[in-house]
This record gives sequence, structure tokens and C-alpha cells, in this order.
Amino acid sequence: MEKAGVRRDAAARPKLAARGVQVAKGGVRILDGLDLAVEGGTFVAVIGPSGAGKSTLLSLLAGLEAPDEGAVEKDGAPLSRPGSVAYMSQSDLLLPWRNVAANVSLGLEATGVPKKKARGRAREALERFGLGEFADRPPWALSGGMRSRVALLRTALLERDVLLLDEPFGALDALTRRHLQEWLLGVRGEFAATVVLVTHDVDEALLLADRVVVLTERPARVALDLDVDLERPRAMAVETTAEFARLKGRLLRALGVAGP
Amino acid sequence: MKRGLPSALPAAFPAALLALAALVAWELLVRLFGVPAFLLPGPFAIAEAFWGSRGLLLEHAWPTAGEAIVGFLGAALAGVLSGLLISRSALAERSLYPWLVVSQTLPVIAVAPVLVTWFGYGPLPKVLVVVLFCFFPITVATVDGLRATDPDLVRLMRSFGATRRKVFFMVEAPGALPFLFGGVRLAVTYCVVGAVIGEWVGSSRGLGFLMIQDKAQFEIPRLFAEISLLSAMGVALFLLVALAQRLLAPWSLRRD
Repeated sequence: MEKAGVRRDAAARPKLAARGVQVAKGGVRILDGLDLAVEGGTFVAVIGPSGAGKSTLLSLLAGLEAPDEGAVEKDGAPLSRPGSVAYMSQSDLLLPWRNVAANVSLGLEATGVPKKKARGRAREALERFGLGEFADRPPWALSGGMRSRVALLRTALLERDVLLLDEPFGALDALTRRHLQEWLLGVRGEFAATVVLVTHDVDEALLLADRVVVLTERPARVALDLDVDLERPRAMAVETTAEFARLKGRLLRALGVAGP
Repeated sequence: MKRGLPSALPAAFPAALLALAALVAWELLVRLFGVPAFLLPGPFAIAEAFWGSRGLLLEHAWPTAGEAIVGFLGAALAGVLSGLLISRSALAERSLYPWLVVSQTLPVIAVAPVLVTWFGYGPLPKVLVVVLFCFFPITVATVDGLRATDPDLVRLMRSFGATRRKVFFMVEAPGALPFLFGGVRLAVTYCVVGAVIGEWVGSSRGLGFLMIQDKAQFEIPRLFAEISLLSAMGVALFLLVALAQRLLAPWSLRRD
């Protein structure tokens, strides 16, 4: 992946950009003039302390909220409404009255794709990702990890060019989370070309992303913008390399949880 | 699936056993102490009266059941519509909701004669009494159900680019169904009572009418038969609602 070349190209227009965004809620400054540009085709992880405003940033990028000051742009045009990027929140939000296939097709149906066609595409996607046998099950019959996969498929099926993930595996136990990270690594190519992942897991960020942006405490600013030059395709084993450890050290220092 | 109807049969066993024990104790007490039938008839005397007047009882059961069911359906419609209005519009909530609450403090028994004066001795005033009795729990359940929608779910739908209409029909309305059934289950137990009260105030047919007559003529065993029939009617309607919930919102009956 020659993202370094792409990123250094000053003329390239970012896929998604937040420019000097400020957000205050209930008199508390959450984002204070934050800048973030995400180049097309990259996987960017945003990491920071709890309550730093990571989720708020993602809501802005999804068009779900508008900043008090500053602007959000997609392909250079202002983003004012939701619906042009795919978004997934921390809880899987599967509907108990729909079976797995109908849950996966929810996004398509919500955008007006006819029900039959949407269900068909959901079943195809479930087959392709090895979840075909679950298509007719109710969501409550699924494990936490399976539910997250289904929720991710629901978002991915929208086939939008940007995928925003807000701590998608945050509610899972450590082992299940590792499995899902590995799964996401494997299927990454099938999903949107550009991904922004919000996480508080340093290992997850380094394993998955091409670039990690560390935010400060509230009000959030960018504390560190780190290129992850680890080879692709990656596997879990990359976490035992010296380079991984070096990058992790830098991230931890930027987060203020390791010595100088 | 512990609450399923098939498994409801063995689950109903303790209740049936208790009822049987109570009936036996009742019959024994009546016989041992020689209680006169015009004070308290025993279960056998009631059953006898029931069988002896079965034609008459059935003839008068139909109008009562009709009033109860039509009134209940009217209450469901009124409850859902008012609930929708209140949950969608802040103005409706502030103007309408308080008065609906006040309407529940009206003694319906006192209002019923007024309704008879206005609408005569036909079924209409009975149906209206039933509506007054039943709509409020459905209003409250609709409002609460729609308000209980997970805001994250609405955000998710918005992120898809869904219209408000789609958000309502795909997420809010189905999510409110379990709440709605809670209110409907309450309402359906009131509707038979409402119909009988309506008939007491002024009617020429129905089980309520028959009860007034039998009380005046000291036909006490048949009076008890009428009470039993009304109770059975209420239970049957309740079971119908339970069945509807099982078909329309099976996920709401799941316990985990």
C-alpha cells in the first residue's frame, strides 16, 4: 500500500475531512478546533482517553451532528446530512423482531431498496462471509461476536466508500475481540476503501490501521499522527515484532500512560 | 419459550387445582351450614341454574360480548391514535394528555346515565362506556412504547439515510408493540365490566340487564351463573389478546 506517497501529495483531495471543528455540549468543550483529513483508501484509527470526544468526532464525520464551528467535507463538498457514509456504533443494535438476514438488510431497506432484493443481497453477503447458516436465526440466538459480525455486515452492505466504526468491538470480551479483529483484517478488502475506526485499544489500532491519530483529553486536539508502516497483509503475529513494540511505545507515550 | 401457549396448559395446572379446591370447600361449607340459596348458592346449584337457563343466558350473552368487543376495538383505536398524537407533538402532549388523565378520574358509573340520556337504550352508550373504561391504558402504553425507542437505533437509521417515515415504521412502531400489548392486556380485562355497567344503567337485553332482573326476583343461583359467564368472557378475550401478541410480537414473550 503506497499510502505514504498518496498522503504526501499536497494536491490530493482528502476523502473525508474535519476542518477546525468545534463542538460544545452542555457548556463543555468537547472538540476545540480539530483538524483531521483522511485520504481515500486508507484505514485510520482514532484513539484517545475515554470521553475525549472520539465518538463526537465520528458523529460529525457521519453527518449525524453538525459542528458549532468549522466544517466537515466529503470529497471536498460540505457534509450536512447523514446517509452518504456507512456508520456502525458500539452496540450491535440488532432488531429482535428481524432474523439475521433481515437485520443485515436493514440498511438497504432503510435507503429504499425493495425488501426482496435487499434480503437477497443480505443472504448473499452472509454466505460470502461464512455466516450463511445463521441467516434465518433470530439475533438472540447469536453470540456476542456473531452479533458484531452481523452488525458489521449490515453496515458494509451499504457499499458506501467510507466506513466509520465507533468502537465496534468495545463491548466484547478480549478473546472474541481478537477473533473479530483477525476477521476484519481478512475481509478488509471487501469493505469500503476508506475506514475510520474509533477505539481505545492501542493494539487494535496498530493491527488494523495505516495511520493512528491520538487525541488529547477534552477538549480534544491531535496529540500524535502516526503512520503505521507495518507490512500488509498483516496477521496477529505482527504484534510480536520489534517495530510494533516501537510504534506502541510512541502511542502509549502520546496517551500519557507510559514514561517519557 | 416458557410462556408459550402449548406449555401454558401444564403451567395453568396449579391455578386449576386451586380453583377446584375452592369450589369443593365452597360446596361443603354451603351444605354443612345449610346456607340458603338466596344468600349463597353452592357451585352445584349455580351449575344447575346455568344449565337450566342456558338458552336465555346465551341469548343475553351475545349483546354483552358484542358491546365489549366493539368497545374494546374502539378503545384500541382511540388509545393508539391519541398515543401517537401525544408522542409526536409536544403541543398535543401539553394540551391533550392532562385532560385524558382527568377523564380517568371521572366516575364512569356516574357518567353512564348521562350517556344513556344522550344516546338512548341501544348498544351505543354501552360501547361508549367500554371505550371510556379501556382506552387510557392503551394511550399510555403507546406513548411509553414509542418513547422507549433506543436513541442509538434512531441514529443508526439516520446514518443509513432513512426518512422519518422509515424510522417510524421499521424501528419505532415495532419496538413499541410489546408495550402496546401490555396496555391492551389491561384494557381487555376492563371491557366486559364496562359493558355490564352500561347495561345496568339502562337496557332491555344483555347479561347486565338479566342480572338486575334476577337480583330483583331473588334468582340468586342464576345471578351467580351470569357472573361466571361474564368472567369466562373476560378470560377468553384475554387469551385472544395473548394469542395475538404471540403471533404479532413473539420476541416480546421471550425471557432470557
